[in-house]
Amino acid sequence: MKVKEIFETMEYGPAPESADAAMSWLAKHKNKFELFIDGKWVKPQSKKYFESISPSSKNTLAKLAEANAKDVDKAVAAAKKALPKWKEIGCHNRAKYLYALARQIQKHSRLFAVLESIDNGKSIRETRDIDIPLVARHFYHHAGWAQLRDAELPEFREIGVVGQIIPWNFPLLMLAWKIAPAISMGNTVVLKPAEATSLTALLFAEICEQVGLPAGVVNIVTGAGETGAAIVDHPKIDKIAFTGSTEVGKIIRRATAGTGKKLSLELGGKSPFIVFEDADLDSVVEGIVDAIWFNQGQVCCAGSRLLVQESVSEKLYKKIKKRMAKLRIGDSLDKSIDIGAIVDQQQLHTISTLVNQGVKEGNTMYQPDIVCPKDGYFYKPTLFTDVSPSASIAQDEIFGPVLVAMTFRTHKEAVKLANNTRYGLAASIWTENINLALDIAPQVKAGVVWINSTNVFDAAAGFGGYRESGFGREGGKEGLYEYLKPRIEDEFGSSAPKPELAKAGKSNGQIEIGIDRTAKMYIGGKQCRPDGGYSRAVIGASGISIGEVSEGNRKDIRNAVEAAHANKKWGGMTGHSKAQVLYYLAENLSARKREFAARLTSMIGVTDAAAAMEVELSIQRLYTYGALADKYDGNVHHTTHRNVTLAMPEAIGVIGVMCPDESPLLGFISTVIPCITMGNSVIAIPSETAPLSATDFYQILETSDVPGGTINIVTGKKDALSKVLSSHDDVDGIWYFGSKEGSKDVELRAAENMKRTWVNYGKYRDWSNPKHGEGRDFLRKASQIKNIWVPYGE
Amino acid sequence: MKAEKPIHQHKRIETIPFDVHLLNELKINKSAVERRAGTLGKRRSVKKDWQAAWLLRAVTCIDLTTLSGDDTAGNVQRLCAKAKNPIRKDILEALGMADQGLTVGAVCVYHNLIGEAKKALGDRPLPIAAVSTGFPAGQIPLKEKLKQIQLSVAAGATEIDIVISRAQVLNGEWKKLYKEVSQMRAACGDAHMKTILATGQLSTLTNIAKASVVAMMAGSDFIKTSTGKESVNATLPVSLVMIRAIREYEEQTGFKVGFKPAGGIRKAKQALQWLILMKEELGDDWLRNDLFRFGASSLLGDIERQLEHFVTGRYSAAYRHPMS
Repeated sequence: MKVKEIFETMEYGPAPESADAAMSWLAKHKNKFELFIDGKWVKPQSKKYFESISPSSKNTLAKLAEANAKDVDKAVAAAKKALPKWKEIGCHNRAKYLYALARQIQKHSRLFAVLESIDNGKSIRETRDIDIPLVARHFYHHAGWAQLRDAELPEFREIGVVGQIIPWNFPLLMLAWKIAPAISMGNTVVLKPAEATSLTALLFAEICEQVGLPAGVVNIVTGAGETGAAIVDHPKIDKIAFTGSTEVGKIIRRATAGTGKKLSLELGGKSPFIVFEDADLDSVVEGIVDAIWFNQGQVCCAGSRLLVQESVSEKLYKKIKKRMAKLRIGDSLDKSIDIGAIVDQQQLHTISTLVNQGVKEGNTMYQPDIVCPKDGYFYKPTLFTDVSPSASIAQDEIFGPVLVAMTFRTHKEAVKLANNTRYGLAASIWTENINLALDIAPQVKAGVVWINSTNVFDAAAGFGGYRESGFGREGGKEGLYEYLKPRIEDEFGSSAPKPELAKAGKSNGQIEIGIDRTAKMYIGGKQCRPDGGYSRAVIGASGISIGEVSEGNRKDIRNAVEAAHANKKWGGMTGHSKAQVLYYLAENLSARKREFAARLTSMIGVTDAAAAMEVELSIQRLYTYGALADKYDGNVHHTTHRNVTLAMPEAIGVIGVMCPDESPLLGFISTVIPCITMGNSVIAIPSETAPLSATDFYQILETSDVPGGTINIVTGKKDALSKVLSSHDDVDGIWYFGSKEGSKDVELRAAENMKRTWVNYGKYRDWSNPKHGEGRDFLRKASQIKNIWVPYGE
Repeated sequence: MKAEKPIHQHKRIETIPFDVHLLNELKINKSAVERRAGTLGKRRSVKKDWQAAWLLRAVTCIDLTTLSGDDTAGNVQRLCAKAKNPIRKDILEALGMADQGLTVGAVCVYHNLIGEAKKALGDRPLPIAAVSTGFPAGQIPLKEKLKQIQLSVAAGATEIDIVISRAQVLNGEWKKLYKEVSQMRAACGDAHMKTILATGQLSTLTNIAKASVVAMMAGSDFIKTSTGKESVNATLPVSLVMIRAIREYEEQTGFKVGFKPAGGIRKAKQALQWLILMKEELGDDWLRNDLFRFGASSLLGDIERQLEHFVTGRYSAAYRHPMS
């Protein structure tokens, strides 16, 4: 009778994927796991174990060891011990291990997929068709990078021991995004999976054993926040890579400030999904399904803010609601479900609290009338319409299957709404007009932009955020730099190189006594007096005052930041036009080189030859960046979809540059010019002890067609002004060349709005050495990569 | 359920005035369409009893077809015999479906074999579909096309599968296409008209969407992908575009239009994919043969084998099932 009934109703039935293999793998381990350290399974010194629960059934799957600080210490020691040999075996041998890992993952792909699905609650369709294939692809791709490291990146070396902390939403995929690039570049790792979803990481550890990966190259320590903190705080870890919440990301930024640990953070998002009136609306609806109902909406780059052009909003809402009624929620191992279980009770609670608040705030909520299982942690797909940007549900990351929709009238308004957020991870743009799509994509503050698509990933393309979505990229060549260190850094000293000083009284660099020239500050293309009305003396080499500069204060910084933002011109100029201006600067500096050299001798007492050389090198440096201005460009990545994936370097925005005290002219040029070469605007704090070369330079700026606000110069106490700049929420980046303490302070303060920082930790370059003082690495630091995915086909 | 005749639970579509507005609003993004089509079959799965029931449903939606230069009375008789009893009786009994009078949706032949088909079907008057209007290329005068339709209807065809002039699509002559197809619809009279777009020759998905809308405005009861003679026949992305056009058309006009993918559908698994596509994108009404048909000749054989496997647990062989 059953067949006869179904023949009439044409309903879907259960289509379960068998859990048997995963269950017997767990049983083989007696449902209990130790820590994977130095290639061995070791009992935790904490003697504690915690439970891993399946969110679909609430059943306990296994007991997992809880690593404490001593366990972490052991893991770090193992990673450290493994490092020399891992370095020594070279590119090809590392490539072979990564390749073997990729193969082994592929061979056991279904076991990984089922285990992930049970552990996390995400649908077997997603783990089987998306997560695990991407994991294997990541290892294959990075096996290639391992092979090519020395050939393609000869100026770089591994960093050392990397601590990695990953979230629960894509457990194995995030492991792959962390481990593959790290070990392919010659580092060794200590990784902590999320406490709710550690099982596939433990299966991965087994795979490492199977392929004979040298002991200690990969160490897996399970545990919760305290274990993570022990990794972050460990003094022998050289780099931390973290994916998770912005809140924890900021804690990590502060905890590592000043330690010299390299850091990459992939954090939260509230990514816009922008629909223009000429979009294929039926495809948009499926895009929305993939954007916000993929992985129950527990996706950092989920398209959670729907921005629709007013003219099509009602039509689209109707289509979305109809589509929502077809979504099926249920057990993660059912092959016919779209939405699985939320990862745990706490997350479920967070989602429902935020939704209730959204209702209370008067937004219109819609949930379809579909079956939602009672056992397990499930939440219905939810749509909010008529939402205003001020609503909490429009601002806060919900990390659940909740879409909030609002409308826009014009293209400009769409961009404004899209950027009206602290985050900047991803964006999706839907239009059949390529002109419009490519116009909007660069205007959206996001590290990834998908045109007419969403949530597509590939190992060959970089992924990562702007603003409080974190910094650093994962995937693509741009992602490799997170796991590399320039070899040149090994040469940096703990004090500035000593300049060649003239014998007292031998210098002819005295400026003739003429009319008093007051060095002002330079803000928004104008010379201006300090807000406070104070000046500070500049003491020359001979020990007497050779002039005065303004004593800048917080209001001067405020004005300079505003002026930098008001300058819309510079960032929009082409590479060629910027090059013309940079060459022009060189030309005008060259015309006045004697005067600039004389200033150097009087300020810092260098020989005439040394002063002339510093000016000459400054001119050369301007030439270098003039040359690079139209040559430092992006890539078109070889991703696995039919599309053009553009990896575009974009300006960071407004950068505060604390110039080095030494090399007053060359140091200023070497730090400020690469920033503007990439289209940033700069607030430069020149050498505190010898600021006059920089203030002289504003006359060069004025005569060289540099738009006002591109370079702003505020003189004064470096570390005091640095504090104001680092704490300014409308400053996007800080470069700091000074003391160890000053470096730490910058990193601490920058955490609040997740500025991109580049500090020297009290290590000194030799600015006169072009290898130390210029080049593409400076431009890399002055930009961030945006990946724009442009599918095509008619 | 009796399957002798399509049961029309909906009002039959009428020709409506040409409305260019309906064409201009169409936006099709190929990559997104392909993504949806590519993942749909992986988002849903029917197993065991459900699979058996769904496959039986697919059987009732088949236009069992022979369209060959060497068709004779003999093979058309065999085709009709199979159409009346598509699944071996013991299998149906095992499935509890023996009393359902299960047949395929229709038989589909060339004009010259309508009479043979009629004779062969005898007391089980299944719909007879005839391909027409210069099938498959359609390169004959309109006057002849209309005459062919009239002759086939007179000979006993209750469904007419017409082909459109591809040149009109490629040249954007939508009004002209509308006029031709609406005249064909008039010529069909009570016989239902399935309009073959020959999508493999229409170059772009946007053309396919536009041709679908024009065919519906002109009063097509079904829109159909292919003749089976083009080098590319029914594909899921093309079907998705046509299905969405049907959905939009119903919203705009209230008329339900049927869909028939044809050509290259040979496996039971493919049949399930198309049923899932219909259920997800259009709804359960399109899982019945008044609104959905497969144009296929060898699909039935594969479905039978799968059903036998379901009943016995043993993989079946083609020779164990009566041929058509």
